[in-house]
Amino acid sequence: MTISAGIDMGTQRVKVVIMKDHQILCRTQNFSGFEPTKAAEQAFEEALLKANLSRQDVQHVTATGSGVEMAPFADSTVSMMGADAQAGAYFFSSARTVIDVGAEEARAVNCNEKGVLVDFVVNARCAAGAGTFIEAMARALEVELEDMGSLSLKAERASPINASCVIFAESDVVSLIHREEPKTEIARAIFDAMAERVSSMVYRLGINPGIVLVGGVAKDVGFVASLKRRLGMELLIPEEPMFAGAVGAALIAAERARRRQQ
Amino acid sequence: MGNEEGGAKEYWRWGEYQRVMPSRDLNSAEIITAGVDVGSVGSKAVIMIDGKVYSWSVMRTGSNSSDSAKKALGWAMENTDLTLKDFDYIVGTGYGRVNVPMANKAITEIACHAKGANYIWGPTVRTVLDVGGQDVKAIRCDETGKVVSFLMNDKCAAGTGRGMEVIADLLKIPIEDVGEVSLSVTEEPEPVSSTCVVFAKTEAVGLLRKGWPKEKVLAAYMRAMSLRMSELVEKVGCEKDFVITGGQSKNIGIVQRVENILGMKSLPVPNVEETGRDPVAAGAIGAALYAKALYEKAIKR
Repeated sequence: MTISAGIDMGTQRVKVVIMKDHQILCRTQNFSGFEPTKAAEQAFEEALLKANLSRQDVQHVTATGSGVEMAPFADSTVSMMGADAQAGAYFFSSARTVIDVGAEEARAVNCNEKGVLVDFVVNARCAAGAGTFIEAMARALEVELEDMGSLSLKAERASPINASCVIFAESDVVSLIHREEPKTEIARAIFDAMAERVSSMVYRLGINPGIVLVGGVAKDVGFVASLKRRLGMELLIPEEPMFAGAVGAALIAAERARRRQQ
Repeated sequence: MGNEEGGAKEYWRWGEYQRVMPSRDLNSAEIITAGVDVGSVGSKAVIMIDGKVYSWSVMRTGSNSSDSAKKALGWAMENTDLTLKDFDYIVGTGYGRVNVPMANKAITEIACHAKGANYIWGPTVRTVLDVGGQDVKAIRCDETGKVVSFLMNDKCAAGTGRGMEVIADLLKIPIEDVGEVSLSVTEEPEPVSSTCVVFAKTEAVGLLRKGWPKEKVLAAYMRAMSLRMSELVEKVGCEKDFVITGGQSKNIGIVQRVENILGMKSLPVPNVEETGRDPVAAGAIGAALYAKALYEKAIKR
């Protein structure tokens, strides 16, 4: 029996997953806030409680995410790309590409059938390709972030918008609202622009069937619809896609625990 | 902040202005032309008498390009005896150039900026850095102000006037003061590490929380902006003489840092009030010059 944990220290949220012999026992999450270490400790304690385990029961903890150096209790770390590749192959045996769209960063990674990382492209330098973009636009449109997706699905066309930059798109949205463009079409334009940026990473890796979408933004129906249209392909989306990084880390932790036992 | 009267103060809001050169005589004019530069943030109109600046206006672009063009030219005509019928030729330029209703022709802002820089500083200008509201251009030109090559960033707010407005608003420093304030630091800090304005803003908030004084945060941000602009100039190749046009030519904090990074001084700005050679209106000046050339060509036929 192997019990392992993965901690994903994201820019916006920390995610914790505890696994037992390749089965997910529980998932917890918390806002990173100003003290990500404390946030992760809390999430971890909560996870142990949910799984009815004590700290000593967990044989290995692996951390990942942009704030990985602030992770508590970590026995080892893994890159975000490595964690994504593991998680993709765990959720879907046909996975060859994993797209991870988080709050401030997006990645596309290619993996083999064992979940080993083969190649990757990262965008961490521009907010227009990450969740922050949708948040900023929801604010500009004065709609709830959760409603952006369903709103965009009602549109049959997209408004013309210069959405290569969050800052420029903000002022574009304001003038589109003044011109009384329907919010549905503006929302669709925003998701289309984001899908364009994200898909360009996938094209750079070479497009193969078996595309998995994970990360917090994978729950947004508007983004998913735009990305499907853009790639002309179905997307494989796991349950609770936000936890993919933590699942990948937990899988690696299990592997490392087994190796130590031998 | 206690002396603010109602509502949030708009720190990004820069002053609009209009000037007429009383020294030029309208009655002896042979060719009257205008250049209207509708930028993404500012609209500029320049009226020329026989190829010399007579009056001009600089104002914010509204939500409608053609209205902004009309307003800018209308304001440039204020306190002159000119009516629209007096113009022999009008050229529109800038981001909204196709929406300048009274223009006889539209010309790209790249060509107009090079031409305008040639008028403002003379034939020695070879490299022009134009920092507009939503784009940055590095232009190489010959001694006649003709474009030889150029590079442009209009996809990203980093290093543009808009990026400057965002930080002025965040730090609550009026946009017209940011240059001076940023130079008040005793030691130049490391630039913020994020290129993206959204992330740089988050970084700036973090630095403030760490206890950095406002001017130091501003300097770190402006250093990063200047690096971004200089990169474009270096890519196009910086040849003497070097000049800076557009709204940021007034920002001493940007001008000095760019000069520092490039290791090259930019030509000093002429006395704008006396000469009408305003680097902010360089695009509109170039457009008005092209208007004159086009009119002369038309009457020769």
